[in-house]
Order: sequence, then structure tokens, then C-alpha cells
Amino acid sequence: MGTISLKNINKSFGSTEVLKQLSLDIQDGEFLTLVGPSGCGKSTLLKIIAGLEQQNSGDVIIDDKNVNSTRASKRDLAMVFQSYALYPHLTVRKNLETPLKLRDYSFVERLPLVGNFVPSRKEKKKSIDDLVFKTSETLKITELLDRKPGQLSGGQRQRAALGRAMVREPVAFLMDEPLSNLDAALRVHMRSELSELHNSLKTTFIYVTHDQAEALTMSTRMAVMIDGELLQLDTPSEVYNNPSSLRVAEFVGSPKINTFAAQITSDGSVEFTGIKLERKFNTNSQKALVAVRPEHLEITKDSNKPAFEATVSYRENLGSDIFYHVQVDQSDFKIIVRGSPAGLISNGETVRISLSHAEAMLFETSGERIR
Amino acid sequence: MLARHYIGESWKHGLLIIGALIVLIPFYMMVSMSLKSQQEIQSISGGLVGAQEIQTFPVCTKHGYTEEVCTMRPYKYNFWFAFKKAPIPRYLMNGLIVTVSIFLIQVLIALPCSYALAKLRFKGREFVFSMVLFCLLIPVHAIALPLYVMLAKAGLVDTYAALIIPWTISVFGIFLMRQFFMTVPDELIDAARMDGMGEYSIVWKVMLPVAIPALLAFAIFSVVAHWNDYFWPRIVITGNRDLFTPPLGIREFRGGIDSDEFGPMMASIVTVTIPLIVAFIVAQKRFVEGITMTGMK
Repeated sequence: MGTISLKNINKSFGSTEVLKQLSLDIQDGEFLTLVGPSGCGKSTLLKIIAGLEQQNSGDVIIDDKNVNSTRASKRDLAMVFQSYALYPHLTVRKNLETPLKLRDYSFVERLPLVGNFVPSRKEKKKSIDDLVFKTSETLKITELLDRKPGQLSGGQRQRAALGRAMVREPVAFLMDEPLSNLDAALRVHMRSELSELHNSLKTTFIYVTHDQAEALTMSTRMAVMIDGELLQLDTPSEVYNNPSSLRVAEFVGSPKINTFAAQITSDGSVEFTGIKLERKFNTNSQKALVAVRPEHLEITKDSNKPAFEATVSYRENLGSDIFYHVQVDQSDFKIIVRGSPAGLISNGETVRISLSHAEAMLFETSGERIR
Repeated sequence: MLARHYIGESWKHGLLIIGALIVLIPFYMMVSMSLKSQQEIQSISGGLVGAQEIQTFPVCTKHGYTEEVCTMRPYKYNFWFAFKKAPIPRYLMNGLIVTVSIFLIQVLIALPCSYALAKLRFKGREFVFSMVLFCLLIPVHAIALPLYVMLAKAGLVDTYAALIIPWTISVFGIFLMRQFFMTVPDELIDAARMDGMGEYSIVWKVMLPVAIPALLAFAIFSVVAHWNDYFWPRIVITGNRDLFTPPLGIREFRGGIDSDEFGPMMASIVTVTIPLIVAFIVAQKRFVEGITMTGMK
């Protein structure tokens, strides 16, 4: 079992509020990503779940037990850190054994020399050795067991850190940006490995990242946090396609979503930069913001389509896609449009841009979604 | 162009060589005098090792040894007589006991203190740390008298305790280790807490092994300072020769009927200095690291 629920968590450091009345329910076996920009409080939240940080108010409940006053080591969680935090003076094997020894051995059994004479230790040592071996096999680090962390590459250290978390067979894994110290190629590779690991372990994963790509690719549900508040908790595709507020829409998706100022007429039809949306909205506001993802805009030659003119100012070639940064109406207002690699358009050219599907989201000027 | 480059370089090296000579000449004198006879020392002749003629030493016979025993080569005599005149092994042993005890207790106290100052959040932490910094400013000599009075009242004068206790809390050690612990990532400590270690286990099982380089640097500072200390042992060891540390022992060779016999005196000094020189050669790299790490001197 590995259900974790947070109820009205508040946390402040001095006068700065880091978490504001945050509630969150994490289901058993779920891969939940906490994603948000740096400083949004996601790491603090993870530490509160782990028990490394004490919340000012609110409850942490693991498997229906309130663990507010339970020590970190007794919560039966395991954490993987950004810097791996392996004990530098111990071999990988010893690193993996440490949490097990601390959990399973009694005080006397842990004593150097004396501990060897306690008969019950032999059995426990055997089971620890078995677990370490099993884990190292799963992670393919068996041949690295006798090396020290300093002799490992970044990816190997990452695995060793994962191993140290896994040996305890915890109710949930907490991961604090575990991939951000790896190079780009390895990071993408480890993403898939982590997902596979989650599938085979079927344990709850709580994964903190500022990288929305990691959140979108790996998680079963993602929780978008900004400024200490949980803005949206949903599946990655829901969060991407149906954000609850402009802040979520702007944070999730790369390149960033485009926003346009729009006018709403009394009958509920919406118009921006000369394009009228097909759908009508039920709202009292007269001004709003329309947000369109770069892939929902297209450069068109069809003069019948409703479109607006813009000048290409910069081209971002990603191989499979090309993103054009364009200036609208000779003003400083810039948007990003996805184009196909066929038919390169050079900088300074004027193009006509239209909506490719009628996919546009409408937000209040304050940021709330109008549906 | 190249020639000028060499001239510039040689100028610098010349200056450094002169500096090195100024430092090395006393050592040269010490070693040379410990090998030569009294006449050669006084007439400043004989180069480094002297003529090493077999002779009978008058001071030796004055001490009641037969002439036969007192006839030998000067280098042998100097060292033999130094050991005869004063229990130098005992002094070296005392020096070892005192410096090692001081260092171990300093570590025992400084590590938890600096861990708390660097990594735990508690009210008044900054104040406590500023007091540590303040204590760094107090010279030992200023508090020597009250310390002595306290030890005397406690009946500890003329004991090992008097030599050790006043140095067991090293603010310098606390400061040095605190600065080092600041550079240890918090995540390592969090990981240890997740694994189930208590704060004391973290200090001894995680922080101590991580801090070995800093501890070695501190060990060198501590051991050198207390091995060479003359001032404090001179104050608290008033009569018991069995408790003399090496610097106090050297003093034995000064004064008395044979006050001007430099050979055995220098021989004793060489004996006392050798352990430090050996230690320095062994730990030379660490020593330089330690000094550059603390940014001192």
C-alpha cells in the first residue's frame, strides 16, 4: 500500500510563505509528478512528506496513518536526491546495505566486533545480502558493487542512488529532481528506465521536477505547483490540453503557449487579431485572453482562411519541427508558430498565420479559464 | 627575449634561495653542533661534522663516569650524553601522550559543535557562532593566570590533566570544521536521516569520514602547536620531571655546571625536532592543503 494524502499543509520560512493550504491525494501505485518553476515549494513539499521538514500546520497521512510526529526513517519512504547523496567513503555495496542494517539490526548487532557474535545477525546479514544482490541485478549495477561513488559515472551513481532507495522496499519513492545532473541523452534514457521501473515495482512514485517534459512523459498524474499553490492535478494530457488557468497553460508546453488580447461581443463570440473563433463563450467579460499553442497555429497561403499578417524574426530549427518566432503588426508583440521543415521561410519574410484547428483557449484577464 | 626571461626568473629564484637559507641556517647550525665537539663549536671550525677525533669529555667525567666510558667520538658522545643526562624518551612519550590526547578530545568536542553550527537550525545559532569567533580573538597568555589558579584550586597542577584540559575545547577547530561542514551538501545529511541515522550517528558515521582532509589539516595545526608549546607546560608543571614535555626537557640542558656544553644540548633538540620533521615530510602535501584551505598564515 502506498497512499499518501496531504491536508491543508502550510509552511513558511520566516515571513515567506512557501506552501499555502495545500491538499493533495496520492493513490497507491501512482507515478505522481510535482512540477513547477524553481522556488514554487515543490521540494519543500517533498521534504515534508519525507519528514525531513516539519510543516507549520496541516496533516501528512500515509496509509491512513497520521505521520506528523513520525521520524523520517520510520515513515517507510525512500528518497532519491538530485546530487545522489551517496556516502562517499563507502562502496556501493555498503551504501546499499546501510539503510537495511539501520532498519533490521538491533543496537547490539550494529556494534563493531561485538555484533559479529550475536547469533541472530547471521540470518539478517544473509537476507540483507540477498536483497542487495537482487536490487543490484535489477538495476544492472552488480559489477559496480565494490566501487566507491567517486569512481562511478553520473548515470551509474544515479543507479546506485536508486538502488539504495529500492533495497528498503518502501511504501513510496520520493525523488527530488533525480535526473537533472545527467547529460541530455542520458536523461532521456533514464526517463524510460524510471517508467519501466515504476511499472515493474508498482510502488507509488512521487517525483519532483522543474522540467515539464519529464512530467509529461513519465507521470500518471501531474500536479502543477506555482508559488506554493497546487494549481492543477490531472493526467499529463489533460493538463496540457485543458489547463485550468493561464499560469498552468504557460508553464506546461514548450515552446510557451501564445496569448493574444481578445474582445468578446455581447453574443459571446470572441475575436482576436482579426480572427473570429467559431465557438461562442458564455461570459460577461468584454476583454479576455486567447491562448493558442504553437502547434495549433499555422502559416497559410490560403487567402480565404481568416488569418493575420506577421514578420518572421527568428527561426528555431529542431530538425523534426521548425518554430518561427514572428512579430505581429510590426509591434513588439511576438508569438511562436510551428512550421513544417518543408519550405523554409527566411527571416524578415511576411507570412499569414491562421488557426490550424479551432483549438483556442479563453482566459479571463486575471488568468481563470473561460470554458 | 628568452635571455631576459631567464634573468627575470633567476632574480626571483635568487631571492627565494636567500629566504630559504635564512630559514635553514639555524637548522644547519643545530645539526652541525649536535655532531661536533665543544672545542670545534667554540672555535667555529670543523665544517658540518667536525674532525670526529676520539677524545675524553671532561663534563662526562665530572658526572662520575669513568674515563674509559667517557672516551668516544663527539657525535656519539653528544647523543649518548643527552640521553644520559635527561630522560628524553620519557619526554617524547609525554609529548606524544599530551598532543594525542589534546587532539582526540578536541575532535570529540569540535565535530558535534561544528555540525550543529553548520547544519542544524536552532535559535541563537548565529549568536553562538559569533561567540566562537570572539573566542578566537582571546590570546592564551591573557587567560593563563586565571586558568592556572583554577587548576591549582582543583589540585591539578603537576598532572597530565593540567597539560591537556585547557586545550580540549578548540574554538579554532570548531571554526575550521564548521567552515568545512558548510560545504557538505544538506542532501547527504537528509539521506542519512532517511536511512535512519540519528544526529550523533550522522556526525560520526557520515560527517567524520567526509571531513578527513579537514581533520588532517587541523591535526597538523593542533599537534605542532602543542608539541612545541613551552609556555603552558612551564606554568603548570612546576617540579615533576616525569611530566616534562620535550620543550621543557630541552631546558634541562641550560644552566648548572655544564651550562655551556652545546653538543648534547643540540643533540637533544635534534631528537625532539625529528618527530615533527618526519611528520611534516610524510604529510607535506596535506599540510600545504590545510594551510591553503583555511586561508591562514
